[in-house]
Amino acid sequence: MSEDILFDFLHAEIVNYCLHDNNKENDFSALEYIGFNTGYRLIERLTRDAPRFKDELETMKFICTDFWTLIYKKQVDNLRTNNHGMYVVQDKAFRFLTRISTGAKQLEHAPKFVFFTCGLVRGALTNLGINSTVTAEVQTIPACKFHIEINRN
Amino acid sequence: MSRQASRFDSKKVNAEFLTLTYGALVTQMLRDFENVEDVNKQLERIGYNMGMRLIEDFLARTSAPRCLEMRETADRIQQAFRIYLNVQPTISNWSASSDEFSLVFETNPLTEFVELPQDLTNLRYSSILSGCIRGALEMVQLDVQCWFVQDQLKGDNVTELRIKFVRRLEDAIPAGED
Repeated sequence: MSEDILFDFLHAEIVNYCLHDNNKENDFSALEYIGFNTGYRLIERLTRDAPRFKDELETMKFICTDFWTLIYKKQVDNLRTNNHGMYVVQDKAFRFLTRISTGAKQLEHAPKFVFFTCGLVRGALTNLGINSTVTAEVQTIPACKFHIEINRN
Repeated sequence: MSRQASRFDSKKVNAEFLTLTYGALVTQMLRDFENVEDVNKQLERIGYNMGMRLIEDFLARTSAPRCLEMRETADRIQQAFRIYLNVQPTISNWSASSDEFSLVFETNPLTEFVELPQDLTNLRYSSILSGCIRGALEMVQLDVQCWFVQDQLKGDNVTELRIKFVRRLEDAIPAGED
């Protein structure tokens, strides 16, 4: 509980550092990369004693249950797939958006708070052997949809 | 779910998540700045910003009363480390005038997975901690200096953070008002 607030503050500062300090208001790459690095390393520690996942879907389920619960304190609300490598993860009360007011003006700033997570998920999947592209979509705060596209080739 | 929930020690995972994220941030900064001194400054500043916000949570959580002397402040800082980072630094090396002391860490959660390469000996990896203390104390009208005396990353046995009282800050009255 107490570490949570510490992380929330750290996350806010990372967002600040990546976007404002470098005057890169619309360049989310550094933010995404910090997430990637974290996810890549974290998943290795989490799955150290776990048996190998039998397929892609099982891996995705792990990300949406165990991984998500540990980091975002809740399970995702919905996981959908078209069975062709496209997954949509929906979280109706995304941790980094729950303390933001719900308004049109605030919505403009929402992308800042989801890119770290895009990187985090991509990093985790990469280390589990799945090459993906992760994007996010916020239509109403604090709900958030992550689109995970598996790159197979 | 119960089976899965018990598979992970969520407290430990949270601590590691924080450590790893911080590590990723430091890595990014080292890529962004050529000068290591700039990275130290940035980390300190980020800590300062966090400390400014963290103190409110700390006061709300502990309902700590006003400190009347530095020795009490030292105890509170120690308590904060226990609450937020789950480590208990030892308070020691008080100066004769009781305005300067050290926090000695046997372990530093931030550096759990870290080894410094040869060319980064100037990096003060845990600068965020000193910034955090400075920021938090400034919000309760205490101006302090805070610096590292020993660091396990540099081969010392312990990590020692020195804190020195500078002055009490008075509320500044805006110009033109009495």
